[in-house]
Formats: sequence, C-alpha cells, structure tokens
Amino acid sequence: MENNNAFYVALSLLLDFDASLVQIVALSLQVSILAVLIAAVLGFPLGAAVALWRFPGRGGVIVLLNALMGLPPVVAGLMVYLLLSRAGPLGDWGLLFTPGAMVIAQVVLVLPILAALSRQKVEELLGEYREQFVSLGMSRPRMMPTLLWDARFALLTILLAGFGRASAEVGAVMMVGGNIDGVTRVMTTAIVLETGKGNLPLALGLGIVLLMLVMLINAGVYLVGELTRRRTG
Amino acid sequence: MSSFNRPLLASSALIPAPTLCFEEVSFSQEDKLLLGPCSFTLQGTGPTLVMGPNGAGKSLLLRLAHGLLAPTQGEVTWSSDLRPRQAMVFQQPVLLRRSAVANLTHALAVNNVPRRTRVKLACDALERFGLSACTNTPARVLSGGEQQRLALARAWVLSPQVLFLDEPTSALDPAAIKAVEAAVREFHQRGTRIVMTTHDLHQARRLAGDVLFLSGGKVREHTPAAAFFNGPVSREAQAYIAGELVE
Repeated sequence: MENNNAFYVALSLLLDFDASLVQIVALSLQVSILAVLIAAVLGFPLGAAVALWRFPGRGGVIVLLNALMGLPPVVAGLMVYLLLSRAGPLGDWGLLFTPGAMVIAQVVLVLPILAALSRQKVEELLGEYREQFVSLGMSRPRMMPTLLWDARFALLTILLAGFGRASAEVGAVMMVGGNIDGVTRVMTTAIVLETGKGNLPLALGLGIVLLMLVMLINAGVYLVGELTRRRTG
Repeated sequence: MSSFNRPLLASSALIPAPTLCFEEVSFSQEDKLLLGPCSFTLQGTGPTLVMGPNGAGKSLLLRLAHGLLAPTQGEVTWSSDLRPRQAMVFQQPVLLRRSAVANLTHALAVNNVPRRTRVKLACDALERFGLSACTNTPARVLSGGEQQRLALARAWVLSPQVLFLDEPTSALDPAAIKAVEAAVREFHQRGTRIVMTTHDLHQARRLAGDVLFLSGGKVREHTPAAAFFNGPVSREAQAYIAGELVE
C-alpha cells in the first residue's frame, strides 16, 4: 500500500514537472550527452584508425579496448578522482565535484565502448571495400572518412549504446560529482540517495524517467536497424 | 606483333592505350605457387580476354596487373613512365552504402576532381549507362544488373586508360549481360585498354581482340582472337574450346 501511494505521488511529480525532478533530469541529460559526444569525436576515429593501420602491439590495443568496455564504473571514478583531486596532476583545474568531472568520468567509461565497437564495424566494412579502395588509389587517411560515413547507421547504434551506459551508471558520477543538491545531482545518484532517505516517490519518479529513457534508446536502436535494412538492403 | 592490331571493334582513340608488360611474374602464397612464372605483353588494341578454367589464375593475373597484389617475383611494367589511370570492375560490384550518384561523386572526390563539376560528371555517366532513374536510389538496393552498370559508370567517370573487368557478367541475366558488353565496347571505343576475364566462350567470341589463355597458373597461349578460336595451338586450349573439362 505504502509503495502504491509512492507510485501515484511519483506520477504526479512527473506530470507536474516538479522543479527539482526536472533539474535533476536536465543535468543528467546534459552530462551524458556531452560525454557521449566527446567520446564519439575521440572514439570513432580511434576505432577506425586501429581497424585501418597495422602496427606492432595492435593486438594488445584491441584486447585493451575490448577489456575496457567492461571497466567497472567505480574504478573509472577512482581514476578520475585521483587525477582531479587537489593533490592530483590535474588538481589545478578545480574540476572535482563539478559537472565537468562527471563528464570526464563518463567519457572514460564510454570511449572504450565506442572505439572497440566501431573498430569491429569499420574492419568488417574494410574487408568488403578494400580492393575497391585500393583500385581507386585511396590512401588510408582518405579511407577513414569514407568508412566512418558508410558505417553511419551502425555508429549511431553504438552511440546510443554508449549513451545508455553513460546515463545509467552511478558509481563514477557519485565519486567525482559528489551528488551535491542542485549542482551535481543526477538521476542515478538521486535515486540512491532518495531511496536511502525513504523518499520513495521522488526515487520512483526518477526511476520511471530513467526507464523511459532506456526504452527510448532501445526504440531508437531498433528504428535505426530497420532503417538500415531498408536503405542498404 | 602487328597481327594483334586487328581490331574487332573500331577504336577512335588518338592516344594509344598504354602497353602492359609481365616479366617473369609469379605469385605464391604460403610457398604454394599460384601463378606463373609468366611473361607477356599486352599491346595492340585488344580487348584482351583472359580465359581459362576455374582456378587457372585469371583473377589473380588481373589483380597483379592492376596492382591490388604485388608479384612474389618478376615485374609488372607499363609503357608510360607514370602508372596509367586505371579502374577495375569486380565480379561482385563493391558499392558504397550511399545513393547511386554519391558512389560516383565519391570516386571523383577521391581523384581530386573539383567539387563543382562532380555532380554534373556523375549525372552524365548515369545517363550514359541508363541509370538516370536511379540517381538517388541507395546503390545497394539496385538490381544485380543495375549495380554492375553503376560500377561501370563509376569506372567511366574516372576516364581510365586501362580497365580491368573480372567476370563482370557471371551473375547476370542475358539483358544485363548485353548492357555490360555494350558498355565494354564504349570503353574500348574511347581508347581504353580492356583486360577482361570470362569463362563464357560466346562472350569471348563477341568481344575479344586477343585472347590470353591460362590453365594451371600458366599462360598457355596468347594469340589474336580469330587464331585462338579457329586453331588454338596449346593442347589445353584445344580441349577447352572443344568443351572438354580442363583442369
């Protein structure tokens, strides 16, 4: 009964666009979108480069990228925490316990996913295109934009997967953001806190938003897949 | 070698197509000799049809000539100092995941053709190959015949001096084959050196200026088409033309 009540209160919070709830959701989206965009700008060319070039230690790089896909968020959080803490190498930036630190932590988490998965996809495409590319006299740097563009639908799916990971994790942003009310409180950290306090309506409301977001992302992935099938046969 | 100059198809080219020369070229993989050593010179007007049973090394020879593979031994040389402009059409056309016209503009962009002229050149080529209606259609949803024509159009916009075709019609129906052969004739008339593999004897009779016959990784015969079809010298070619199963 108690939980049922909490559910209705949560719904009313959502429907009323409760100010604190909206702020938390907005910050979550801002941090995760920015993190995923930065990770994409770095990760996609990195993945394509590993697919294109043969160099000593390439196998090691691939294994490392694949392994880092499963990097525990708390470990990523710890690494960024050590980097950004006052005594750390980047302590002068004064980023710890700001949204900036949370973006960095999420970039660390998402970058390996984007790089490793795009490497796989680009390598697959390259296998198909290689002879044609050589026939056209293309250099490797010239192949990169062509491959990335032709893999665009797959990359979009990978991007959404990265966003899912960024928006749903809690450990890293808790450690480097600090869950400060109105400053660094995002959906996942707020859910942890509110549940601990027994404020179930807000926790549930945020949970529902997070769930809907995950649903939306998956719907997006599905639609992109369908579109690809239709456009490219 | 003047007998090679007997053209089956009139050539209107002013500049002679570059001469291709194989000198003791061989190619092996994991110590297994797959082709050669073979030496021959492709001059005259062609088109040169490379014939032979499956596994004879036809595709390999084309890839070595085009530079997709480097010979293990020997040298592939051209008469011109610069490597001539060349293009290749594959058995399975490799098309980018974009519209038909974007496939052509991409090839032009790669070859540093100024942006302003790309679309015009691409559209002209699409029209020439009867693909105007599919300008904005994703290339990979086109039919097999249309895809192969698009691959030919992509080669066309690059104005190659040499065009390699690797069994371009083996997966096509008669109407599509006819369109591809017409396209090959157009290239030939523009003065492009054509080097094409096929295992279709009728097609070879229709197109060939000279024939390079391979079996077992060796060049068995290189003669003008008429001579090849009327009286092949090598035992392998005799058997092949007689319709026996040659290995």
